[in-house]
Amino acid sequence: MAECGASGSGSSGDSLDKSITLPPDEIFRNLENAKRFAIDIGGSLTKLAYYSTVQHKVARVRSFDHSDKDTEQDHEPPYEISVQEEVTARLHFVKFENTYIEACLDFIKDHLVNTETKVIQATGGGAYKFKDLIEEKLQLKVDKEDVMTCLIKGCNFVLKNIPHEAFVYQKGSNPEFRFQTNHPSVFPYLLVSIGSGVSIVKVETEDRFEWIGGSSIGGGTFWGLGALLTKTKKFDELLHLASRGQHTNVDMLVQDIYGGAHQTLGLSGNLIASSFGKSATADTEFSKEDMAKSLLHMISNDIGQLACLYARLHCLDRVYFGGFFIRGHPVAMRTITHSIDFFSKGEVQALFLRHEGYLGAIGAFLKGAEQDNPNQYSWEENYAGSSGLMSSSPELCPTQRPRSGTFDLLEMDRLERPLVNLPLLLDPSSYVPDTVDLTDDALARKYWLTCFEEALDGVVKRAVASQPGSVDAAERAEKFRQKYWNKLQTLRHQPFAYGTLTVRSLLDTREHCLNEFNFPDPYSKVKQKDNGVALKCFQRVIRALDALGWEERQLALVKGLLAGNVFDWGAKAVSDVLESDPQFGFEEAKRQLQERPWLVDSYSKWLQRLKGPPHKCALIFADNSGVDVILGVFPFVRELLSRGTEVILACNSGPALNDVTYSESLIVAERIAAMDPVVRSALREGRLLLMQTGSSSPCLDLSRLDKGLAVLVRERGADLVVIEGMGRAVHTNYHAALRCESLKLAVIKNSWLAERLGGRLFSVIFKYEVPAE
Amino acid sequence: MLKLGGGGGGGGQDWACSVAGTGLGGEEAAFEVARLGDPGKAGCRGPGWGCSGIPDSAPGVGMLQAGAGGPARGGQGVEEVGAPAGGGEERPARHPPAPALRLLNRKPQGGSGEIKTPENDLQRGRLSRAPRAAPPAPGMGDHGGQPERSASHAPGTPAGAAAVNGVLHNGFHPPPIQPPRLCSRSLPGGGDAAPPRLPLQPELQPQPPPPQHDSPAKKCRLRRRMDSGRKNRPPFPWFGMDIGGTLVKLVYFEPKDITAEEEQEEVENLKSIRKYLTSNTAYGKTGIRDVHLELKNLTMCGRKGNLHFIRFPSCAMHRFIQMGSEKNFSSLHTTLCATGGGAFKFEEDFRTIADLQLHKLDELDCLIQGLLYVDSVGFNGKPECYYFENPTNPELCQKRPYCLDNPYPMLLVNMGSGVSILAVYSKDNYKRVTGTSLGGGTFLGLCCLLTGCETFEEALEMAAKGDSTNVDKLVKDIYGGDYERFGLQGSAVASSFGNMMSKEKRDSISKEDLARATLVTITNNIGSIARMCALNENIDRVVFVGNFLRINMVSMKLLAYAMDFWSKGQLKALFLEHEGYFGAVGALLELFKMTDDQ
Repeated sequence: MAECGASGSGSSGDSLDKSITLPPDEIFRNLENAKRFAIDIGGSLTKLAYYSTVQHKVARVRSFDHSDKDTEQDHEPPYEISVQEEVTARLHFVKFENTYIEACLDFIKDHLVNTETKVIQATGGGAYKFKDLIEEKLQLKVDKEDVMTCLIKGCNFVLKNIPHEAFVYQKGSNPEFRFQTNHPSVFPYLLVSIGSGVSIVKVETEDRFEWIGGSSIGGGTFWGLGALLTKTKKFDELLHLASRGQHTNVDMLVQDIYGGAHQTLGLSGNLIASSFGKSATADTEFSKEDMAKSLLHMISNDIGQLACLYARLHCLDRVYFGGFFIRGHPVAMRTITHSIDFFSKGEVQALFLRHEGYLGAIGAFLKGAEQDNPNQYSWEENYAGSSGLMSSSPELCPTQRPRSGTFDLLEMDRLERPLVNLPLLLDPSSYVPDTVDLTDDALARKYWLTCFEEALDGVVKRAVASQPGSVDAAERAEKFRQKYWNKLQTLRHQPFAYGTLTVRSLLDTREHCLNEFNFPDPYSKVKQKDNGVALKCFQRVIRALDALGWEERQLALVKGLLAGNVFDWGAKAVSDVLESDPQFGFEEAKRQLQERPWLVDSYSKWLQRLKGPPHKCALIFADNSGVDVILGVFPFVRELLSRGTEVILACNSGPALNDVTYSESLIVAERIAAMDPVVRSALREGRLLLMQTGSSSPCLDLSRLDKGLAVLVRERGADLVVIEGMGRAVHTNYHAALRCESLKLAVIKNSWLAERLGGRLFSVIFKYEVPAE
Repeated sequence: MLKLGGGGGGGGQDWACSVAGTGLGGEEAAFEVARLGDPGKAGCRGPGWGCSGIPDSAPGVGMLQAGAGGPARGGQGVEEVGAPAGGGEERPARHPPAPALRLLNRKPQGGSGEIKTPENDLQRGRLSRAPRAAPPAPGMGDHGGQPERSASHAPGTPAGAAAVNGVLHNGFHPPPIQPPRLCSRSLPGGGDAAPPRLPLQPELQPQPPPPQHDSPAKKCRLRRRMDSGRKNRPPFPWFGMDIGGTLVKLVYFEPKDITAEEEQEEVENLKSIRKYLTSNTAYGKTGIRDVHLELKNLTMCGRKGNLHFIRFPSCAMHRFIQMGSEKNFSSLHTTLCATGGGAFKFEEDFRTIADLQLHKLDELDCLIQGLLYVDSVGFNGKPECYYFENPTNPELCQKRPYCLDNPYPMLLVNMGSGVSILAVYSKDNYKRVTGTSLGGGTFLGLCCLLTGCETFEEALEMAAKGDSTNVDKLVKDIYGGDYERFGLQGSAVASSFGNMMSKEKRDSISKEDLARATLVTITNNIGSIARMCALNENIDRVVFVGNFLRINMVSMKLLAYAMDFWSKGQLKALFLEHEGYFGAVGALLELFKMTDDQ
């Protein structure tokens, strides 16, 4: 009953608009390789899902064979880079109005190359209605899937795979959308699907769910009764009417019955005692707006009340709302939220989903793709290819014509490796990676958006320069600029578009956009050069360190880590220096550092700790390539190894800015091992382990880490976590609480942020934390 | 007001002065009236209630004439329902000791932090009544005897809340203070005559009575105290009133054991009320006496008589109060026990326009006490409570008596304009679980908008002829049959009014179908919420009351069906013959209790 508004012709599905032309590079992308189609046709919207593979370039690094070469040659890069084609899996979801279904089917047919596909999974009330059309157009057999099963499969999928999927909506508060950080356990929950009727489903596990109740008073009641009362035909218009009405003109309130005496009674006179209680008269005309509003309240309150009663009966406090009644309608979300708050006295939260509209299509797709085991993988929302929340809401985007054929998109990339929580998180359910919520903090939002806008030129330049042999690099770079610029503008107006807005999400969005236009690793050459330069200095640095006394050396190692961290091409203040002064080196960087006491300085405590027994195993998240990892991190690692501590060095799986990638780290380690017996033996004996994080972000989400890494961390009994760099230790994880000792260090390379933290440019964060017993 | 100060014990006709007073808006008029009274023909005896000789009060136009046209409509009173009328589920103890419970219990409004406790109610009630008991500002002069009497009794409340400089906000002088209510003397000749004593409402009249001899009017009042016979009995007339959002429910006890002597003593005014109410079945355009509900040969408070059930629309309240004023009802010094939201809303009007002090009572208390009482006395030898046998089989579905001797625990669903749902564990241990704003008022309101009908009766009549399946979208309309995945029958309603999303269907639908669909939608929704509450509270008896069920067999059978079907026979829906009148009966019972408490 979730999606059954379709059969009525009150929906727009009857007149098909064939006149639109679809821009092939924006909608229905990658159709050539598409297989496994699924479609969810609701009362007014169609959601099409397909699985496709995306070919895109990746930069691969490969070590030279040094055995027959003179490694001392000065201008020889440490490794070679080759750009290769890689195929990754991607899920595409497209949402459009039923009006365009025929045009869309034609388009798909014209572009579909893959002939293996024989079946299309279909769900939703409209699946039946359009069955013949689909079969005729696509030559695919329509396989009908159960609406509710699809909905719940889809819901489980987004809750598991998309961070910040669920949110609470509080009209008038700031921010209005408050996203939930991923709970480690998704189950159990209650799903209230408000289609034409209401279905209440209790979901206990991936495969176990139960219809526990429902109500016939739902979206269809609002629509049908609303149409009768107001002569307004369209659902969206009814909601719009409602948003302008005054229900108190139609409803009998407590104060209408009790007079002005509600205060002495201690109950709010504004409560509705009887919906439509004032309309029982022939003498008064009621405005359409007022009646629509009263109806909206009546239905929302009723649904909220029932949801609370069911939640209470089944002892559940998480209730997700979905269905066309809710979909992208702040008015409806507001009244539902209000009702849930009221009836549950705050014990139950009304949660909404960013991708609620896609649940059915996702579920239908998953049903059809079961042999591919999509649930075994982790998936990631691709910010470049996805429309934000409310992208087509006329209420929030008044400039957009509501029925202009807007297409809403969601793309999800399949990650090569599954992601899990870092086992060392103190409380995974309360862990929030990001330090500042930019949806909350308008000042910071403004600053960072501007900051990313201003940095855009540099990124475009860097991207073009990274592919000197490419003829279309400039053109692609320009497209990238356009795309990322538009994203930034969207976020200025709708900071909630992709979940909680953070510096991390801004960075990740940029990476996604770069990838989208085949700039997989704009910094590959920079990193190559930096690594080469740093490797040459390694032995000198080690010798200098070894010459120091123990206590002096500990400080020097930490300073080295910090100085290395200055070499960050992602920071504008630094990249300006590095560009203008190619000779800027490790020693210059050290001089730039703030003197102790640092902005955050628990060095003494750390030193004291070092005087104690060695750690069993340290997990280190490295930051930049070049000086940072080679002259900062490796000497530090070497010292730990010498103390008898095992080290897991975790680097990004994919490129992000000039951050060192896992494959680069392998080469770097190999080169260092060739020079240094400590590292060599540690690598050989498995006391130094190089691992990948599973991420391609300049930031770090400890709740989404490579499963292999997590397993190793547990096996080795890691008791120290070192997180290095602004992206990983300041923008994210600054407040992260771990179950073991942790060291968070970074140099603040942004004067605005430094000022905000009470310091200056190149202020130092050295945060050593020991968990409370 | 307009009780004339200097009035002597004279005959009944000079009540005309009170008539002269009615409707006068200004100070001047009030003055005039006061002077009219001077001759000393006590207004206190003004008859009214349809007795002849009253210029503007021919019976029939009398008491229950509706202000705003339109016959009586459905929907019982108020229910403090609230849109959201959250439950009392936060209450810790399920069966706390009675007194404590009563306090706890009434934090019912749930959700938005409204807290209402009986204690609050009562205290506030007292507080707010206090100023009204305060002596009037000097000005009428003739009541000088009682000045500081109640001044001390209005803590924190400005004594002049409504009266400034002795002139009420409406321009009238304030009424004289009500004399102390005296416990009735025994019937003439009765052996248990006790010296008059101060009976009622200690909270109102705690001080010793003022001298009894200060005015002839007082003597006259005093004498009337004996009209109901014995001590500890309130004076006649005995009313209980429940002023709801849509309907006012009034119960009137007509004593049938009046001795000739008593009758002779009975003041004209009182007599005319009795005659008027009992000899008519309709009052004005909208007042109706539900003759079929009359409880005969009832003994209440030691008197034998009949209990009459009367209703009129709440919109006629002002007319009713006006009449109370015109008929000088206040001269009877009866206590008007009232419950429902209107007891609060109209309290001020009762006081300022009709010089009547309402004794305000909690509507949930009244509802439960009234229900238990009526069930205990039975319906003229027949049982009050009934259920439907074979509720899921339309052919065999039949009304059957049900013995409610052990009623606890029960879920009490009061369906008036809105709906309140109570879990009742004993006679004074209950909590309000929740409520819904989708009630009788919603049914009638939507029906009026959708069909143009004007009355509850009309709406029900249409509904009886309609077919809701034309309007609603059924499971089979969507799935072609049953939705097996969830075990839903094809005939179940998937979306109320769901077919109305389609323009063609909207254009072809009949009013009767719309009325039926509205009725079915509201009823099923109440049933659904009630069922969930029953499950949450672990109660298997659900008692449905309230005027939404009046002449509404469709809803009763639907509820009986829904309770049985969805609970697989675990829940039983019970109904009561006097559907919507329990609040009013409860209010009347309070009248006796107040007297007993003396």
